[in-house]
Amino acid sequence: MTDIAIRVENLGKEYRIGTQIDSYPTLRDTIMDAVKWPVRMLRHGYASTVETIWALKDVSFEVHQGEVLGVIGRNGAGKSTLLKILSRVTEPSEGYAEIHGRVGSLLEVGTGFHPELTGRENIFLNGAILGMKRAEIERKFDEIVDFSGVEKFIDTPVKRYSSGMYLRLAFAVAAHMEPEILVVDEVLAVGDAEFQRKCLGKMSDVAQEGRTVLFVSHNMSAIQRLTRETIVLEKGKMILRAPSPQAVDYYLSSGFAQTGERIWQADELPVDSSPFRPIALRVLNLQGKVVDTVRSIEPTTIEFEYEINSNVPDLRVGIYLLNTHGEHIFTSFDTDDPSKYERYGVRSPGRYVSRCTLPADFLNEGRYILGVNASVFRVRRFFQDEHALAFAVDSTGAPGMQWLETRLGLMRPRLVWAIQELSS
Amino acid sequence: MAETAIKSRSTQEVIVLRPSRGWASLNLKDLWVFRELIYFLTWRDIKVRYKQTVLGAAWAILQPLLNMLVLTVIFGNLAKMSTGGIPRPIFTFAALLPWGLFSKALTDAGRSMLTNRSMITKIYFPRLIIPLSSVLGGIVDFLIQLVILLLMMVYYKVMPTAAVWTLPLFLLLAIVTALGFGLWLSALNVLYRDVNYILPFLTQIWLLVTPVAYSASEIPQRWQMIYALNPMVGVVEGFRWALLGTQAIPWNVLTISTVISLILLVSGAFYFRRMERTFADMI
Repeated sequence: MTDIAIRVENLGKEYRIGTQIDSYPTLRDTIMDAVKWPVRMLRHGYASTVETIWALKDVSFEVHQGEVLGVIGRNGAGKSTLLKILSRVTEPSEGYAEIHGRVGSLLEVGTGFHPELTGRENIFLNGAILGMKRAEIERKFDEIVDFSGVEKFIDTPVKRYSSGMYLRLAFAVAAHMEPEILVVDEVLAVGDAEFQRKCLGKMSDVAQEGRTVLFVSHNMSAIQRLTRETIVLEKGKMILRAPSPQAVDYYLSSGFAQTGERIWQADELPVDSSPFRPIALRVLNLQGKVVDTVRSIEPTTIEFEYEINSNVPDLRVGIYLLNTHGEHIFTSFDTDDPSKYERYGVRSPGRYVSRCTLPADFLNEGRYILGVNASVFRVRRFFQDEHALAFAVDSTGAPGMQWLETRLGLMRPRLVWAIQELSS
Repeated sequence: MAETAIKSRSTQEVIVLRPSRGWASLNLKDLWVFRELIYFLTWRDIKVRYKQTVLGAAWAILQPLLNMLVLTVIFGNLAKMSTGGIPRPIFTFAALLPWGLFSKALTDAGRSMLTNRSMITKIYFPRLIIPLSSVLGGIVDFLIQLVILLLMMVYYKVMPTAAVWTLPLFLLLAIVTALGFGLWLSALNVLYRDVNYILPFLTQIWLLVTPVAYSASEIPQRWQMIYALNPMVGVVEGFRWALLGTQAIPWNVLTISTVISLILLVSGAFYFRRMERTFADMI
């Protein structure tokens, strides 16, 4: 039982910034660079022309065989970099990692799918890309098709598939590769509830078969359900390894600056969020001031400021409210109301604020987490940060304050009671 | 049960990840482990190449035929260059076969890393497979064209020579040259997108310094050795010699061509491996 599956020692990854992947260098750029290059070389020498950041630094941990380890952290904390190194997509810049056994990654399902090929052909192609042998794919073919639920369309080119079907087929292939070590990153954030349930089921199957799983997620309840231990990454460093409930609690309660405002810096944005760019999320009190603590007896305004660079049809921008265990209290989108949905069918480029108000006498005292999401239903998720901002609720003046006790529950409604005397 | 678990455990390989510096080994073992992926990617390239075209796979035949027509008219009727008694259409077509394979392989391999970037940034496999399978993808087109050439030879009543068995060797030489150069270009293209712009010129100029439209004997004797530094000279002349019985290529020309193309292959493979570690970050 003490067999090591993954050993990571002082692992670090340095990225050059300025060599972002979001734009191709054009001919003009390359010529201009070529012209400027010798000058730059003379002035600064090669090394100083390159700015670097450490996406991961001094990370060390061990995972035993059969262990399911959670990895949590905010956007840009280094989770994806860690998984990319462990799945051998990219090399570490320093340190050392040792992996015992075949690694299967669910970093991105459907890698290598070709739209012109049929479902059947893509199963074989994708299987081979994931490192499965042809005989192995043939043996599992029926099972894969069955799991995906696209039997009828198996000989149709996948470009005719709906995005849901595409995803299910892609996941089905990935889920059948039977690696000794499975690396999962956020696949569960996509697809419908039924599909997510299937994914989680498959993951716990894998874990129960005694295989090692490294599970990266923003879904705190999934982390707590599926893992016993979790590591917390922050700005590329590992700051905690603890039993999952403790790690989640730490991450959700102390991982935030308490300012009532969250501003997104350019380096915190995923490369694929464009044309959507989040700017800020704010919690405002009745007077319109940005506060970290709101009063439960007053309405609270939540505003999300963002920018759109091109026309986006059917965009919805919304918030999640979570408790400190990472459980969702509600989800709400700015175009939930059908009339708003009609009116903002297509949002043109520009800067926007989506604002909503939590009514007075709504939340109980305690700490809450706000998340944001900008997406087009079933088509694309531009941006999501499930734990963007934390704020506190103070219940001074709330119903029942004459008793100095902690009221159980997440809500503190002011209910109208009628007291009727039935006999005297 | 327990026993098999222990057994599979002990045979498990341990992968060590650490920063690497300098030159890397070619890791041909890994390439062998992933051999089926080479097959599947080659097959994918062939399968999707002519999808959504009206003429479909007929393009494999039409492209070199149109090239042949152009080159025959220009070099035969206008420039009036000698073919050594071989009907000009076959003379040109026999050269266009390996040339087409080569130029297509070069272009495809040069762009291959970019067209497959989503795979490269998400999953591990030996990256050498990408340019390799894009070079191999051209072989099917080549075989179709070979059939057309044989039909043309029947029509023009040209018999293949006894040396026709050497054809696969020249084909191999063409593939090795294309792969060697393709490896250089594909690795360079990850860092410098300039390669995309250079590629069309490169193939055009290379076509002119290769005896496709004319015979290598047009080149003055004193330049022959320098001319032979272009490995495609050996390939194209070899094809004509093996199929049509033109004047045999001198051994020294063939040797130079072969050595150059092997140097290209080995250096290309090592350069590619050296750059490989940065691919996922730079692409």
